[in-house]
Amino acid sequence: MDLFEYQGKEFFARYDMPISPGKIAFTVDEAVAAADELGTPVMVKAQVHTGGRGKAGGVKFAATIDDVREHAGNILGLDIKGHVVGRVWIEKASDIAEEYYASFTLDRSAKKHLGMLSKEGGVEIETVAEENPDAIAKIWVDPVAGLTEAETRAWVADAGLPDAAVEGSVAILQKLYTAYTDGDADLVEINPLILTPEGKVHVLDAKVTLDGNATFRHPDYEQFDATQTRDEREAAAHEKGLQYVGLEGSVGVIANGAGLAMSTVDVVNQVGGAPANFLDIGGGANADIMAGALEVINNDPAVKAIFINIFGGITRGEEVANGIIEAMGRVDIDSPIVIRLDGTNADEGRAILRPNLSDQLMMEDTMLDAARRAVELAG
Amino acid sequence: MSIFVDENTKVIYQGLTGSQGSYYGRLNREYGTQVVAGTHPTKAGTEVDGVPVYANVGEAVAATGATASCIFIPAPGVRAAVMEAAEGGVEFIVAITEGVPAHDEAWFFNKLRADFPAVRLLGPNCPGIISPGKCNIGITAGHIAKAGGPVGIVSRSGTLTYQALYELKQKDIGVTTCVGIGGDPVPGTSFIDCLEAFEADPETKAVMMIGEIGGSAEEEAAEYIKNHMTKPVSSYIAGVTAPPGKKMGHAGAIVSGGKGTAQAKMEALESAGARVGHNPTEAGELMAEIVAAL
Repeated sequence: MDLFEYQGKEFFARYDMPISPGKIAFTVDEAVAAADELGTPVMVKAQVHTGGRGKAGGVKFAATIDDVREHAGNILGLDIKGHVVGRVWIEKASDIAEEYYASFTLDRSAKKHLGMLSKEGGVEIETVAEENPDAIAKIWVDPVAGLTEAETRAWVADAGLPDAAVEGSVAILQKLYTAYTDGDADLVEINPLILTPEGKVHVLDAKVTLDGNATFRHPDYEQFDATQTRDEREAAAHEKGLQYVGLEGSVGVIANGAGLAMSTVDVVNQVGGAPANFLDIGGGANADIMAGALEVINNDPAVKAIFINIFGGITRGEEVANGIIEAMGRVDIDSPIVIRLDGTNADEGRAILRPNLSDQLMMEDTMLDAARRAVELAG
Repeated sequence: MSIFVDENTKVIYQGLTGSQGSYYGRLNREYGTQVVAGTHPTKAGTEVDGVPVYANVGEAVAATGATASCIFIPAPGVRAAVMEAAEGGVEFIVAITEGVPAHDEAWFFNKLRADFPAVRLLGPNCPGIISPGKCNIGITAGHIAKAGGPVGIVSRSGTLTYQALYELKQKDIGVTTCVGIGGDPVPGTSFIDCLEAFEADPETKAVMMIGEIGGSAEEEAAEYIKNHMTKPVSSYIAGVTAPPGKKMGHAGAIVSGGKGTAQAKMEALESAGARVGHNPTEAGELMAEIVAAL
């Protein structure tokens, strides 16, 4: 789950990290009221689940209330890499002496947590990594042992932060690690972490991704799930508990298992088609799940043909076949369906499907043939 | 021979009294797996389909001599279940459960490595392991696999593992062991662990490896293949056309920051000398060619 900047800051504030006072606004009037209350100057910041806001004109300094009105008017509704800005964060402006970068994430190769700290903040860390990799101080933290203050201090020294920033940075980094582990985050990133002319270290931006698998420990994360960026199709599938990712093409894909679903998307592309989606209905394939999946696919106007790719493992072919037929009876499908059914009791399953075959329901023996047929039908 | 398990492996099912645990426990037993015990903190002394239930893994090990355990516990309890199994004295833990938090996985991976270096964990979020004709622990349908050899399979995906077993069975090719390592960010057993074991196993003559987008496990495996494998490898990577920034079902299957693409993985494997198919069928055909030339 990706958090908006302001949600990330609220998340950090729970762990006692220093953030600037601010307010969220959905309209220009709300933005003006927020700035009035906070007192100018303020920053007007687009809240989107993507990077590069500044370059796209989504972050502006406002010295006066008139500036706030103008900037909020321009930013609300702005399209940043396909994300339309629906809310802006109005925050008390800070004076900046220096900008740093700090983050924690999981290093999958090392199987340890990875902390990155750099005195070259305020720019994309990927750019720093490419142009000046020595400017990033890395620390690997054993999840069992945790991160001690002495280790944090050595890490800050390694990054070469100036004396004035050391104490404040050590304190924030320790809290950031606690937020990362206690909060079950996949990523916590502060860019920039700033040093003010008064010598205070302060969190100026927040990028947080939380682990959706850990919500059982954090029931309040539901509020973050509710603000995820999903297109209409993804939202409908999410409600039915289906693993769905929207794509741009015309062949609707339904498969059982994430790997097979990915593979199905690949094969549709390989034979010259374009998949409309990735949809994993899980290991089984009963009528309820199949009907829900068909509904989601059918509601996508771009879909011109549907490819159902099922490999029966424990689930037997006849159960799958009966599920598909029952689901088709429940949902009015506009596009022709091509089925490939393989695995356990595939022959029995195919025998059940055969009398039901028509211009609307076709069957192929292999994944490749079924993909070719579906792509042909999609035009 | 097989790797990690064989016909003598005695297995405890943690969660045998639950619906998933009892269902797959029964299927595994029907397949011939030695399912010797279940565990439940308050149901000790009862039975599931004639299999005795003990209060915990330690007591089950003491009573049965089991060396492996299979976890069918819901995600919130997996961290405790893994540690209970290790402390209880089993050598091999298979965690089927999906949806385990990444921080839990990172924690028990490191905890096991430090305190129980001899214990092997497979999973979580994996289909399990099958040595056809000998032992089946987990949710793989046993009859889609042909026993014998000469091929070993290691895979990050569930249904693609079945697809791989099935492709080989259609071609009358046997499998020594098929290991599903799972699609999570911190798998207990890696591709390299399995490649190493297959390289050492005299009955395994070739290895089929199924990967997917996300992380760098396939690239690391390619390095290993290049430097240490004498046996031929065929491979398939799912997610060639996956869009960046989107999780494709599995928690670990995501292309982020330009890293973890299928293309990079396929190139790494090809340059390591593996034969890479563009879909599961092609990978199966490549394996058939490899086996014919053995």
